[in-house]
Amino acid sequence: MAGIGVSGIQPGFGEPGPGDGPGPGGAAERYEGGEARSSGSVLRLTLATFIENKLAVAGLAILVLLVLFCFVGPHIYVTDQKTLNPAFSNYGPSGKHLLGTDGEGFDVLGRLMVAGQSSIEIGMAAGVAAAVFGTLYGAVSAVAGGLVDAVLMRLVDALYSLPTLFLLILLSTIFSPNLPLMIAVLSFIAWLGPARLVRGEALTLRTREYVQAVKVAGGTQRRIVVRHIVPNAIGTIMVNTSFLIADAILILAALSYLGLGLPNTTPTWGGMLSNGVNVIFDGYWWQIYPAGIAIVLTVIAFNFIGDALRDSLDVRLQQR
Amino acid sequence: MIGYIVRRFAQSVLVLLLVTLVMFLLFHLLPGNPARAELGVKAQPAAIRAFDKLQGLDKPIWYQYYLYLDHLVHGNLGFSYIQNASVALLFIQRFPKSVLLVSLATIVAVLIAIPLGVMQAVRRNKVEDYVFTGASFVLYSFPTFWLGIVLVEIFAIQFHVLPPFAPSGNSVTSILAHWRGLVLPVMTLALISIASYSRYMRSAMIDNLAQDYIRTARAKGVSRKAILLRHALRNSLIPMATLIGLSVPSVLSGAVITEQVFNYPGVGLLFLQSAQQDDFSVLLGLTLVAAVGVIAGNLLADILYGILDPRIRY
Repeated sequence: MAGIGVSGIQPGFGEPGPGDGPGPGGAAERYEGGEARSSGSVLRLTLATFIENKLAVAGLAILVLLVLFCFVGPHIYVTDQKTLNPAFSNYGPSGKHLLGTDGEGFDVLGRLMVAGQSSIEIGMAAGVAAAVFGTLYGAVSAVAGGLVDAVLMRLVDALYSLPTLFLLILLSTIFSPNLPLMIAVLSFIAWLGPARLVRGEALTLRTREYVQAVKVAGGTQRRIVVRHIVPNAIGTIMVNTSFLIADAILILAALSYLGLGLPNTTPTWGGMLSNGVNVIFDGYWWQIYPAGIAIVLTVIAFNFIGDALRDSLDVRLQQR
Repeated sequence: MIGYIVRRFAQSVLVLLLVTLVMFLLFHLLPGNPARAELGVKAQPAAIRAFDKLQGLDKPIWYQYYLYLDHLVHGNLGFSYIQNASVALLFIQRFPKSVLLVSLATIVAVLIAIPLGVMQAVRRNKVEDYVFTGASFVLYSFPTFWLGIVLVEIFAIQFHVLPPFAPSGNSVTSILAHWRGLVLPVMTLALISIASYSRYMRSAMIDNLAQDYIRTARAKGVSRKAILLRHALRNSLIPMATLIGLSVPSVLSGAVITEQVFNYPGVGLLFLQSAQQDDFSVLLGLTLVAAVGVIAGNLLADILYGILDPRIRY
């Protein structure tokens, strides 16, 4: 096991994240009487546990509503989010503009929907990209083993020591990102988490009989990674991805708020808040609260889903 | 134990070395060439040559890396041509103010989170527990900057009880003299930590209360209060100590945002102002310093864990 640093894998304390929300106590309590669910396929069992979990249902419900709001909403509540309209800037909420207008005369409710599209899309793209890259990196590292593993993991350690926000601000300053670059910047650090998790998982899988059998039968390393390690680690990866998306949405909001996000032609929730905070002393609360609440709801939804997924995928918790 | 500390320390140095390599490569990633990035797009060719020579940029790349390390070892974090001052000086001027903000917030967070976590563990699955669990979940999903904005909106604009900006004094004493301005920034930074600290405290207490030695203590008639404080709490504080060491990165990130929201003249604000001015030498220098902070926090957390918990043997 060359290369496992003490700072390597420390479940629970390695990443104080939302994932540790309900804590070991919370998850264990819920499944004290779980032995009744022994019949049915693994998928059905997982699905059943997932749906039974109130957190999961709440998270999914919030997410579905948000997606409907952002993607279907603009077709029902039609607004012009392209033309600047300074004559109508900073109007309070009224029958015509349900949440008022912002400093450039855009309807806030309409902008909330359009900005939500990009915020959710970018967050999900960054989270998934990070998870995919991290998974492959961790799996390859574990399967390769030896010196390669040690070098690859020390690199992860080094990048982990860079405070995320500092580095992302630095990268945003260097690249002044457009959409694809923004996704790359957001996943630049995020892939480290899944890389460590998957490597840990793969190290234990590597020694299992069936993986050994593949080796004996002459299977390639690629086959071991793609057909055995990744599918077995998929639970861990999905849980982690959910949290990664939540984090990416938060960081995107922070970067946009700091004026380091995407150009104003792509509205985001963070960008709306960045404009709104300039008029906070004028009492234009409708430019402060809606976008913030939208961010919080989205992040809560993804955190809930991640927690619920972990509970339903973790067989050990169910058997306890 | 000593052997472990030495090994762990050596490992940290190795990681630090890799971090410098990453920073060095980032420096070479800068658009255009470093001279133009530092001196501006309109720099004269002669000035660029002089800059390259001064920085050793006409030398092979491995030698440049050696020079960079040599500078770092001598405390030279780079020079800001935009602010016409060394990065180290700029950092040292701002550092005490950030330390003040971060340490006040951490103290407040710990003082609130520990009793909160204990209370939740004792009243587990009762109304209070659910309320605070829900609250910390919501708080955890708050963007730091928005939390700051909301606090300003409520306490400064709606109710006029606290000033919306942090004191802008140049020294720590002048900032402390206007302590009212510190309340909202400290609250912002502390609230975010309270959300995660209290969750850990709750889980640690629940785990410890389920241990055999607690049952033994109860069986021999130790009072409820003594069990809680002397047995369960003391053992639960061990992971808390580690957690604080490990939360350096999130606290630093939070400090950058908080300083921006409240216009607090600390290192974080310096960092953001440098980002707006494309002052890369300050950005790179400060990122490296922050990385050192993170590595030190991790190291401290690991060592503390071994010292505080005699059951851990390396």
